[in-house]
Amino acid sequence: MDVRHIARLANLTLTDAESRKFTSQFSDTLSTIDVINELDTSDTPITYQVTGLTNCFREDKIDTGRILTQQAALSNSASIHNGYFMVSAIFE
Amino acid sequence: MNRNLHSFSISEAREGLKSGKFSSRELLKSCLDRIMQLDTKIHAFVSLNEKALDEADSVDINKPLGGIPIAIKDNFLTHNIRTTASSKVLDTYIPQYDSTVVKNLKNAGAVIIGKTNMDSWAHGSSTETSDYGPTLNPWNTRHLPGGSSGGSAAAVAADMCLAAIGSETAGSVRQPSAWCSVTGFKPTYGRVSRYGVIAMASSTDSPGPITKNVEDAALITGVIAGKDPFDATTSSQPVPNLLIPKKIKQTGLRIGLPKEYLEVLEPASRQVILNAAKKMEDLGHRIIEISLIHPKYSIGVYTIVQRSEVSSNLSRYDGIRYGNNRSFFNQEAKRRIMLGTFALSSGYYDHYYAKAQKVRTLIMRDFEKAFSRVDLIIDPPSPGPALKVGASLNAPMFGEMQDILVEPSSISGLPGISVPGGFIDQLPLGFGLIGPQFHEDRILEAALQYQSATNWHEQKPIL
Repeated sequence: MDVRHIARLANLTLTDAESRKFTSQFSDTLSTIDVINELDTSDTPITYQVTGLTNCFREDKIDTGRILTQQAALSNSASIHNGYFMVSAIFE
Repeated sequence: MNRNLHSFSISEAREGLKSGKFSSRELLKSCLDRIMQLDTKIHAFVSLNEKALDEADSVDINKPLGGIPIAIKDNFLTHNIRTTASSKVLDTYIPQYDSTVVKNLKNAGAVIIGKTNMDSWAHGSSTETSDYGPTLNPWNTRHLPGGSSGGSAAAVAADMCLAAIGSETAGSVRQPSAWCSVTGFKPTYGRVSRYGVIAMASSTDSPGPITKNVEDAALITGVIAGKDPFDATTSSQPVPNLLIPKKIKQTGLRIGLPKEYLEVLEPASRQVILNAAKKMEDLGHRIIEISLIHPKYSIGVYTIVQRSEVSSNLSRYDGIRYGNNRSFFNQEAKRRIMLGTFALSSGYYDHYYAKAQKVRTLIMRDFEKAFSRVDLIIDPPSPGPALKVGASLNAPMFGEMQDILVEPSSISGLPGISVPGGFIDQLPLGFGLIGPQFHEDRILEAALQYQSATNWHEQKPIL
């Protein structure tokens, strides 16, 4: 496994020591979980949802009970400007 | 005998409150004093609710949880009370709204006393991966409390609150409850809303109560369970009446004892579980030896599914709208996010994620078959008693190995309980039962019978 590539996909930064440590730990973990390949699942469907719910819809209506005010929505941000979240520039 | 108010169960405290023997402020004050006295040693709490005393003064004590101080695991959003999931990523996060569980507790009159420590992001079974330092086991502070709801279990065991809320993805309510000798109940997946709970693995996360006895677990479950329009995965199945009468006459239940699970137990723990099985037999039930798919396969399924869902759920944390940026994730979180990213990546998806979800189907079918022969199954919450502080360090699969016996039921969405079941060298051990989905009432009634015939739950740590 290319640990640095995976870290880039996950938007994480690793130190060299972490890269080395994770590489060996991941190979141990993957060999432990490989045990599931002993079981035959050729005719077995996938389970995504354990209680059998499918297609749970709600009415397409605005529920004011769960809307934050602009002030509340911004209240936890370290960096705001004129009522907006500020982010780093993407384009130079 | 004059008992300290903090040592009361919910049912005892409600009687005292209603008859005017003490006020909700006095009850809360007793718990707060206990926290001040002990929490430098145990470290069960991350934050306290500074407004709790004012809130205690204004509650309606006639409500089901009126005036009862309850501690909340720090992954449940609490309006205006800092919520960190024990991660420095969320060190400064003050939620703008309540999780549904907290809203329901408040509506029932509960007073939120504070937020309890946990493995950061619920990643673990030791409470040792918390970015705020580990919680220690009240029975022996050289030992771990278990986890990830270790702060909640330790707080209840040390009488710092009357009850607590935990969350379980696989074992995170039942295992710390077993290690701290309290009652931990995990309802069916989808029975209790996940709205406002900081997500770990969304297909298995289940909130549940940690209490001093089975009656209190039933009472809290009744308050927090039910369909929630804010969580599409909650079930519309009606919640049965969980307020159990004092005397249960239920007999003749068929209780399965899976031989593959007994094999995993350490010898002394096996004896504790066999003693508990004998007790259930004495109470008029039938113990039937059964065979289930070996729990070692669940480790593989759970690890893949949980890491995959973690990688997706934790991708939202960018430090822009709240909290700190991704450089604040600790090693355990980075490991889990990365392994999940790998399992879901192009070329590996079928081999890991899809395969795991198919084996999950096999395990669920295995339980369905078992429940056609038995009404309940004995499911030991942990292979042994609490391990020593430091045991989880440098063990990337510590949690998965510790939770081997509860992973099958968790990935199948089944309800389960851990009740105090005995001691090995002064360290407590839990006795566990699981049942079919949405049969919480059957489990609670059987657990209450066991509790009525034993006194393990009445024993308290010396602090």
